[in-house]
Amino acid sequence: MQTPKREKLVVIGNGMAGISTVEQILKLSDSFDITVFGSEPHPNYNRIMLSYVLEGSKTVDDIVLNDWSWYKDNRITLHTTTTVKRIDAVNKQVTTDNGVTEGYDKIIIATGSNPFILPIPGSDKEGVVGFRDISDCNQMLDASQKYNKAVVIGGGLLGLEAAKGLVNLGMDVTVVHLMDDIMERQLDHSASSMLQAELERQGIKFAMGRQTSELIGENRVSGLRFSDGSVLDAELVVMAVGIKPNIGLAKDSGMEVERGIVVDDYMRTSFEDVYSVGECTQHRGVCYGLVAPLFEQGHVLAKHICGVDTLPYEGSIVATKLKISGVDVFSAGEFVEGPEHTVISAKDEWKRTYKKVLLRDNVIVGAVLFGDVTESSNLQKLIKQQSEMTDDIYNTVMGTGCCGGGAKKQSSVETMADDEIVCGCNGITKKTIVDVITDQGLTTVDEIKACTGATRSCGGCKPVVEQILQYVLGDGFKVASKQGICGCTSLDRDEVVAEITAKGMTTTREVMNVLGWSNAEGCSKCRPAINYYLGMIYPESYEDEKESRFVNERMNANIQKDGTYTVVPRMYGGITTPEDLKKIAEVSLKYDVKVVKVTGGQRLAMIGVAKGDIPKVWEELNMPSGYAYAKSLRTVKTCVGSQFCRFGTQDSMAMGELLERKFERLDLPAKFKYAVNGCPRNCAEACTKDIGIVGNDGGWEIFIGGNGGIKPRIADSFCKVKTDEELIEICGAIMQYYRETGKYLERTSEWVERIGLTQIQSAILDNLDNRKELVDRIEIALQQVEDPWRKMLNDGKTRTALYEDSKSAILVE
Amino acid sequence: MEMTTNYYSIGSIDECLVQVGRVVIIEGHEIAIFRTTDGNVYALENKSPHPKGGPLAEAIVSEHYIYDPLYDWKIDLTSGAVQAPDTGQVATYPVIVKNEEIQVGLYA
Repeated sequence: MQTPKREKLVVIGNGMAGISTVEQILKLSDSFDITVFGSEPHPNYNRIMLSYVLEGSKTVDDIVLNDWSWYKDNRITLHTTTTVKRIDAVNKQVTTDNGVTEGYDKIIIATGSNPFILPIPGSDKEGVVGFRDISDCNQMLDASQKYNKAVVIGGGLLGLEAAKGLVNLGMDVTVVHLMDDIMERQLDHSASSMLQAELERQGIKFAMGRQTSELIGENRVSGLRFSDGSVLDAELVVMAVGIKPNIGLAKDSGMEVERGIVVDDYMRTSFEDVYSVGECTQHRGVCYGLVAPLFEQGHVLAKHICGVDTLPYEGSIVATKLKISGVDVFSAGEFVEGPEHTVISAKDEWKRTYKKVLLRDNVIVGAVLFGDVTESSNLQKLIKQQSEMTDDIYNTVMGTGCCGGGAKKQSSVETMADDEIVCGCNGITKKTIVDVITDQGLTTVDEIKACTGATRSCGGCKPVVEQILQYVLGDGFKVASKQGICGCTSLDRDEVVAEITAKGMTTTREVMNVLGWSNAEGCSKCRPAINYYLGMIYPESYEDEKESRFVNERMNANIQKDGTYTVVPRMYGGITTPEDLKKIAEVSLKYDVKVVKVTGGQRLAMIGVAKGDIPKVWEELNMPSGYAYAKSLRTVKTCVGSQFCRFGTQDSMAMGELLERKFERLDLPAKFKYAVNGCPRNCAEACTKDIGIVGNDGGWEIFIGGNGGIKPRIADSFCKVKTDEELIEICGAIMQYYRETGKYLERTSEWVERIGLTQIQSAILDNLDNRKELVDRIEIALQQVEDPWRKMLNDGKTRTALYEDSKSAILVE
Repeated sequence: MEMTTNYYSIGSIDECLVQVGRVVIIEGHEIAIFRTTDGNVYALENKSPHPKGGPLAEAIVSEHYIYDPLYDWKIDLTSGAVQAPDTGQVATYPVIVKNEEIQVGLYA
């Protein structure tokens, strides 16, 4: 066999565009020796997630896409903190800023872009930053520690994400924008004003239609002067007015550049064997500043460079999604209507949602969504494929039909090109997914995720992956698609529970054995689930399996990333005593607790307890477990209520404490939070709790299914009651109904949507016999619970096995 | 080069709960011991191969695999190999069970 000649590939730019292209190349060929140069000191990270780092929901480590060992494993030579200064096309070599010269056969330029700094007086002052890389992010984090007033210039995508991040860091933030509408390049006026109103609610201030003429201050910036002469104070100024392709190297080397490095449909520059990809690139007159196009470009380039047949790159339809938690905005294609468009729109000012789809000659050419973006990936595809509007599509997209859509969706996947990228985060194409379905016989999205990585990062492409699965499997899909509770079985939750009850099975092992699990002892998904279902079905007789619990529930404490634990004692209704506070303080000092934190649920968490100290901490606290680690009742948040508050109409503190004491310790499908308010001012935020209770002059109103977490949902009003007894009874019935019908790990917000509010109301409010039976059953289950900390302290053997490291190893002679 | 293995007795098999990991410290090495339902005992370095690290002893055990407690990576107890789609390797130590007594081997 002939060994192909090895070629030397130099990649200039260690960011998402360059490295994703390299990943594609590695899939196609191993005949390149690859060297990567990057100006930043980091391995390749997900730049689009920088806003999460700023916001504090992710760390720099979290957003690394390719860690150091990836480069090593793929035998890629990586030079960080090294900038290539020149490409010598005659001698085929590159020169770096630290004087290294390296030969090449082929080059990929992926130098990305730089933030555009306004050319105004003072823009070089200290305290003026762009928002582009980890170093900018760190500067902003630093500034937030020392200063209070921040101004973000630019009300586009990046500017708004920066502003929200700074608000989260506790700064007073004003967004200054030249235009009258924020994100005017992606949104129409309606969506823009809804977005601005929402962001104002979240604490961002706006100065609209203002042109900055100068940044004032001594060494450090102290404010902005506008063209009308007015002044705004600022101790930190973030410039987010735009980006400019980083073309210095290409220009200095004599390559053809305009706004970006000019390339053809195969990403070839004007130099032979030199290619360019990503934000530094100008293709058919367009420089893209978003992530999807660079993946599409990278795919074409990788194939071309490896000599694999590929269609040319013909440009991208750009879609935008704002990455601010709790604000869902999407736009794609044409979004400002003109006389040539047919406009479909729906605005709901109460639910704060807005949808607009633009048609030209009945072809879908653009869309804007605010508030509800579930149809975003579908719309993006329809626009890209220039689909004609049909009744089915209309019903699906506008949400007016109840059963339309299915057939049409299938055909849109059918017409999707093989190399179209489905999962933008991981660069997975339709063909890759189709291949694993046909070659490896995969039948679920989870299997596809495990095999290819698609849907693994943000999950936004899951509907499309599902549609591909449906399309490939055809009639086989119906049977196969029935989502088993995990990869070990095709049975769903209801079938598993029905089988357990019908056959009287009593251990997880028996369930898996009898029901034909593909892994005899299950996996980390089904073991805890089956353990929960068994406990729910047989509250009096089931012996809980410690070994089938997640670490936190087995240890009765929350594991932290370094292997230490957090201990959270109960503080019923968020009410404590000086004596308890003293105990917490003393124990925290004695066991060197790293942080004592006030939690979101009105109590104290002792973070950073060594595993071996956990039982001693419990013993010395001598307080009940707060279940901060459990799929169980976490906290009951209360306001002050009628005991002290002049507005209070009900005694929320007493009711909160009572409910927490009554329903604590019971296993539930997922964590469960309550709030009790003394009046409709709702200071304890009932709307984001699993059960939210709002007192009024004549009784209480109960809300269910609220959630303030990853997928926020405002609770639905369930009913109003007059007496405390009725309140407690209905709360118990709701919890038991959730216990009996909820899927393991399914929060009430999802449960209410799946089961339907009216169904839950009719089971509990209309059918009084059923309500009583539910209450009877929860009472039986409640009689079985006991404090897990106390129990563990009394069980020496388990305590030793779980918490104590053995140090008594003896050398065997 | 010849390597000799020293075995250390870490106590009776009874002290390890089935499918619940236990940490033992031998000569400064932190080792996670797992007793599986088939009666076998395995020893792994108590350190997740995930870039962010963390312990392994608190994993969920299923047959001769564990699911790491922090990131849910699936790891083969017999070889220490991380299962797809993740990749990595955990160091393993030889184990002998003699008269109900667990012995773990360390290269001298």
